[in-house]
Amino acid sequence: MNHMDYKDVMVFCEQRDGRVEKVSKELISKGRQLANELECCVRALVLGHEMKDDLNELIHLGADEVILVDEKELAVYMTEPYTKAMVQVVLDKKPDVILVGASTIGRDLAPRVSARINTGLTADCTKLEVDEETKNLLMTRPAFGGNIMATIICPDHRPQMSTVRPGVMTLAEADTARIGVISKVPVAFETADMNVEILEVVKETKTKVNIEDANILVSGGRGVGKPENMTSLENLATRLGGTVSASRAVVDAGWIDRNNQVGQTGKTVRPDLYFACGISGAIQHLAGMEESEFIVAINKDETAPIFDAADLGIVGDVHKVIPELMKLLPVHEEK
Amino acid sequence: MNIIVCIKQVPDTTEVRLDPKTGTLIRDGVPSIINPDDKAGLEAALALKDEHGAHVTVLTMGPPQADKALRESLAMGADRAILLTDRKFAGADTWATSMTLAAAIRNMEYDLIIAGRQAIDGDTAQVGPQIAEKLDIPQVSYVEDIKKDGNSVVVKRVFEDGYHMIKAQMPCLITTLSEMNTARYMSVQGIFDAYREKEVETWTYDNIEVKEEYLGLKGSPTRVKKSFTKSVKAPGKKYDVDPQQAAKIILENLKEKYIID
Repeated sequence: MNHMDYKDVMVFCEQRDGRVEKVSKELISKGRQLANELECCVRALVLGHEMKDDLNELIHLGADEVILVDEKELAVYMTEPYTKAMVQVVLDKKPDVILVGASTIGRDLAPRVSARINTGLTADCTKLEVDEETKNLLMTRPAFGGNIMATIICPDHRPQMSTVRPGVMTLAEADTARIGVISKVPVAFETADMNVEILEVVKETKTKVNIEDANILVSGGRGVGKPENMTSLENLATRLGGTVSASRAVVDAGWIDRNNQVGQTGKTVRPDLYFACGISGAIQHLAGMEESEFIVAINKDETAPIFDAADLGIVGDVHKVIPELMKLLPVHEEK
Repeated sequence: MNIIVCIKQVPDTTEVRLDPKTGTLIRDGVPSIINPDDKAGLEAALALKDEHGAHVTVLTMGPPQADKALRESLAMGADRAILLTDRKFAGADTWATSMTLAAAIRNMEYDLIIAGRQAIDGDTAQVGPQIAEKLDIPQVSYVEDIKKDGNSVVVKRVFEDGYHMIKAQMPCLITTLSEMNTARYMSVQGIFDAYREKEVETWTYDNIEVKEEYLGLKGSPTRVKKSFTKSVKAPGKKYDVDPQQAAKIILENLKEKYIID
């Protein structure tokens, strides 16, 4: 394989209901940084039908070209048509690097594509860098439940593919003066490509909270004790203008929806303030929140591992400390 | 109906602790388990067997010790167990692993292949879809419910913001989530049979047809360049004071960080 044939960074931009997912915008931002180092361009690949978003935003965030495949077969995600469309564009453009958001769509599509084009894929990267000497992509990811970090390379195959979870890379500021092109690429589908049948599409709109987007998270763990006690965490979150999240134990116990779970099997968050209430700090949990700007931990057990990750630790009972804190906090004005 | 369930024996990562002094993993005494998403897949297969009748084969690639995970699967009710083990398979990334498993599956009859969504020691979620691609059959991942409907399966495929009900004609591959069910226990008779009556077949490189250059470390597009434990950040301040005092300290800190006015 001649690596010289492969250049540029391609970002798969996932859309749902015609809108580009935030993780894809984060990856355009990251892709721009990598492209600057590699001295190449960034291409955004959008697969969908009748997009509602203005795709110029992707250019403002750092893309040089947006490749839009607009076909009715791509309106709703289905593995085979998406794989076919992506593989067609990848074989044509020969990117050096492909970034895909590690959503339930990206984690279905990326492995299928990597197997079809016979290249390596590194999942859930938390850090992407360019090796100064070889120009290989250095893909760092947690393994073993977040216990160790591994830097992965894909030295002899191209493209180098990686997925990145939402919230891991930082969204760049849009530069509305940036210019680029939007190119439409047709893909022809056959009946055989639609190899499964979607019987029903159900959107669960029930208070869809995006804990990844919250600036302040008040997070509860097993130490909260019982479901009713989650209310005081909610009150604190409301007062601070934040959102409630939780550890796996609390989600498994059914006290809060799985959407609010922080950690290895939940979401990766990095708010300005992370309030860990009664969370012991299993490594799987720490993996999802340790990049938070400021971490306050309240726990009865002074040996709890959460204290090693916290900037401020309070050894004490959550249910005594929070009410005292509520007395001192100014009432948050509803905006 | 022939169902193949791909499982992996993994260390129970929830039991792993870091040595606070050296920052290295303490692996001693960490039990090996059937990966939770895979165990849910096995339970789903056994439930289909209970309802419709099926022949369930469990397949794993791993070291000889993975025999234990296969015996447990037999004791739960699987009909056949195959251990793919060979030095040539060692060091495989997901691409080479799926190459090996797909080659083994080509030697078997199957209607439905079930794999867990992801393993708790690697969390990649890649091997299932990659097997499907190499066998050129449809896949549905993130499955939380499965029903058989004639020659098809109807599954509930979960997304962050809802779900799809999907009908897929067999042969196809699905990947399952641990939340989908609660796996049955091994029965006493099952355990007895698993060790006395049933056998675990061992397959090596000689049992499958695949070029050696596609296997193991040599066949893996990705390499681990280095691995390390995360740098330990300087510990913050810890206070063991009464609640009023604690609240004051928190407030001061939040003001200092401009989190509140």
